[in-house]
Amino acid sequence: MLQIKARYDLPGRSMEAVDCRSSDASLMLAPHSYRLSGISMAGISAFGGYVPRLRLARQAIAAAHAWSDPAIKGRGKGERSFCNWDEDAVTMGVEAARDCLGEGQEGQPAALPEAIYFASTSFPFAERQNAGILATALGLEGDRLSMDVTGSQRAGTTALMQALAAVSGGMVADALVVAADKRRAKASSAGEFAYGDGAAAVRVSADDGLLAFRGGHTVTVDFIDHFRAEGQTFEYTWEERWIRDEGLAKIVPPAIARALEKAGVEASDVAHFCMPSTIGRAVAGIAKAAGIADGAVRDNLHAVLGECGCAHALVMLLHALEGEVKPGEIVVVAAFGQGCDVLVFEATAACSEARAAGGLGIRGALAAGRSTENYQQYLAFNDLIVLDKGMRAERDDYKTALTVTYRKRDMLLGLVGGRCTRCGTLQFPRTDVCVNPQCRAHHSQEPYAFRDEPAQVLTWSADYLTYIPNPPSHYGMIAFDNGGRFMTDFTDVDVGELEVGTRVRMMFRIKSVDSLRGFVRYFWKAVPVRAAAAANAVATG
Amino acid sequence: MARGIKDKVAILGMGCSEFGERWESGAEELMVEAFEEAIADAGVDASQIDAAWFSTHYEEINVGKGGLPLSVTLRLPNIAVTRVENFCASGSEAFRGAVYAVASGACDIALALGVEKLKDTGYGGLPGSASPLQAQWAATGSAPGNFAQLASAYRAKHGVSRDDLKRAMAHISVKSHANGAKNDKAHLRKPITEEQALNAPMIAEPLGLFDCCGVSDGAAACIVTTPEIARSLGKSNVVTVKALQLSLSNGSESGHNSWDGSYFHTTRIAARKAYEEAGIRKPREEVSMFECHDCFSVTELVTMEDLQLSPEGGAIKDVLDGFYDADGQIPCQIDGGLKCFGHPIGASGIRMLYEMYLQLQGRAGPRQLDNPTIGMTHNLGGAPMSNVAAVCIIGAL
Repeated sequence: MLQIKARYDLPGRSMEAVDCRSSDASLMLAPHSYRLSGISMAGISAFGGYVPRLRLARQAIAAAHAWSDPAIKGRGKGERSFCNWDEDAVTMGVEAARDCLGEGQEGQPAALPEAIYFASTSFPFAERQNAGILATALGLEGDRLSMDVTGSQRAGTTALMQALAAVSGGMVADALVVAADKRRAKASSAGEFAYGDGAAAVRVSADDGLLAFRGGHTVTVDFIDHFRAEGQTFEYTWEERWIRDEGLAKIVPPAIARALEKAGVEASDVAHFCMPSTIGRAVAGIAKAAGIADGAVRDNLHAVLGECGCAHALVMLLHALEGEVKPGEIVVVAAFGQGCDVLVFEATAACSEARAAGGLGIRGALAAGRSTENYQQYLAFNDLIVLDKGMRAERDDYKTALTVTYRKRDMLLGLVGGRCTRCGTLQFPRTDVCVNPQCRAHHSQEPYAFRDEPAQVLTWSADYLTYIPNPPSHYGMIAFDNGGRFMTDFTDVDVGELEVGTRVRMMFRIKSVDSLRGFVRYFWKAVPVRAAAAANAVATG
Repeated sequence: MARGIKDKVAILGMGCSEFGERWESGAEELMVEAFEEAIADAGVDASQIDAAWFSTHYEEINVGKGGLPLSVTLRLPNIAVTRVENFCASGSEAFRGAVYAVASGACDIALALGVEKLKDTGYGGLPGSASPLQAQWAATGSAPGNFAQLASAYRAKHGVSRDDLKRAMAHISVKSHANGAKNDKAHLRKPITEEQALNAPMIAEPLGLFDCCGVSDGAAACIVTTPEIARSLGKSNVVTVKALQLSLSNGSESGHNSWDGSYFHTTRIAARKAYEEAGIRKPREEVSMFECHDCFSVTELVTMEDLQLSPEGGAIKDVLDGFYDADGQIPCQIDGGLKCFGHPIGASGIRMLYEMYLQLQGRAGPRQLDNPTIGMTHNLGGAPMSNVAAVCIIGAL
């Protein structure tokens, strides 16, 4: 039990107290947790989203399993996102964070967030802080707070709640909240149909920003709609009707009422209600019970995306923010999982032009999708079938020298190379001797991040011989516009798509997986810049 | 200015095992096979060898580290044996060690022997290997995928269509298969048609199966001495080393935006230095024949320009005109090349010299060319963006 009572004086505002309890056995009778009501010294100032490029037509799943369950055909509507073989919660989180922070952050330490909250229920590492990987990848190592938030489908909203508390409480000036999930589901399960993979990131600042935080409430209840034990790959789920009637319907509406009360907002004033649920009409029932207009219930994006785990409440929030939330409107974000988080925001004048700093956002990412009916590929990428990978997959150099990983972490995780202070030549990797044949200065290079540098293809091939989970293996030399080059893997690329001169951007991806020791190596790969993504499509939903 | 190596060292004898899928033989048996032919050709006894250089690339799947495998296998008389490794140019590196030892006067007779046993891996192609750092960031890659990238850059630079490039590449492979068919030590001895080459399964765009050399087991050996000792041993028709140059990448191609990806920077440097050392001013007119490092058809194509034999951008026309065919002006891969003779990595550089040596001595059987005087070998290790290029020129004294 944690209790904090303090008085904070921040420029222009003062705050009575923060009363923070992590749990309370009598919550349902005396709902009470974050007393953040009436405080408006924290808000969401920026946001970014990421959805993997691949979209699986649910029809393909249904068709594959109809032989065993004819009723499954009814689920074969719309499409769900899924990760390429080299994506996971960390890589998606990094991309969402980049989309949120915008590019070219290097050398602007004052503008960097002081805290990183990373939420997921599908972190690749149970130990080795995943937020730390994300921090290094983004050039955010050092004097800042970082934490992983996990264990429940409301981890994303809990991370956001914590960030708002830390910022409004004055512990940090601003914070980055990232939520990403790639939930595992058994083949043909309800989850396989319902889930999608994706990520969202928001920046919390000590001002109203785009969305001013008006109040929030959390209840904690050990309601087990599903669970996944330590060491288990897949979750175990209880009956939907019970979850809907005994869980969602009884736990969420009172929490909403309490949050609105703290925020001083009437339920009828809520213009956007962002709450995920894979159970049809459950959220509409909650809204009705809470007094929120049916029209305020946001589309859960089931048709085009699927539910992105604990990131999904934020994904829905971003989707609303990207063009539909108007100044002055009340936005409620809620997530369910061993209780419930409810956050109440008020849109500021700035939100009318809200757009992800990196330019893509959830809508842009949705528009950049590539639909497929290749269910076998989905199964292979998600390790749901036992494939013969051939002898070439049996490499002995997968054991990772952690000494090297640490020594070179800015290079490997942050794509940081060098800039020669003598001749100005950009180069990757950074070495002790300048690569420029006309320079060759020793010890002249300063760190220089290449992750946001524009580049184009110089040479390429599509290799059918070498082992890769998604053949053919595309790789080749890329040349950065401002100098520097290296041989890189290409990913998210279609056969026949690459040409000399194709524009590419760098993305943080899985390099390889040491399945013997369970270690994931990350590095950066080049992805073709496509018109659909570049245009930052705004008309999709 | 260094005085160079020209005519200071003579080839006393050479030997080469059969190349191929030598399921019945290990590296040791292959070494003995090549050595026995070389020592018989040289007409000396193993006890007369002063020092040896031994080349092999993959130590982990092969004979292991150090010079001991050669010394023990051949029961050499407790002489110095140095193992060298310089990727696919390892054979040329072993030869260089032996040649320099004789040229310096430190040795009267020296041996260079290269071997590779590749067919104990269980699959085609080459095993991967990477340093602890490289493994964490270097692009996924195979040899065909690395060399295939030459094609994309060459096409972009010279405005060549994929079809035209594929046709020239097919001609290169058809030619090498035709030559290899006349070589009873070659791994691949069946002629192929242009249609077969063009329609083969894709390995790494745009390289099809027939654009890639064989993965072979084999060994090759060379015994060198001074021209004076060669003559004193009764040798006539002495073949001497005219030039021997290596050039290694220093990271510019892979790290500095000054290379366009369409040629071998190092080959151009090694070739220029070798021609200078050998006193060759007009390579296209003076070189009689050559073995180029045709690990892939596209490698051979661009290398013809890097060796100054074809004008820049002119290799496709020369190839299609038959300039490098067996009956062309400068026959190339007259023994079948890496493509068909095979490519046991550590042996390949010495295998190339073996064919040039036989041709210069008029002993190449059904492949014999008319009075060649200058033979050149080009042995390349690594990948286009980072490599070891060796150029060696030999000829009649």
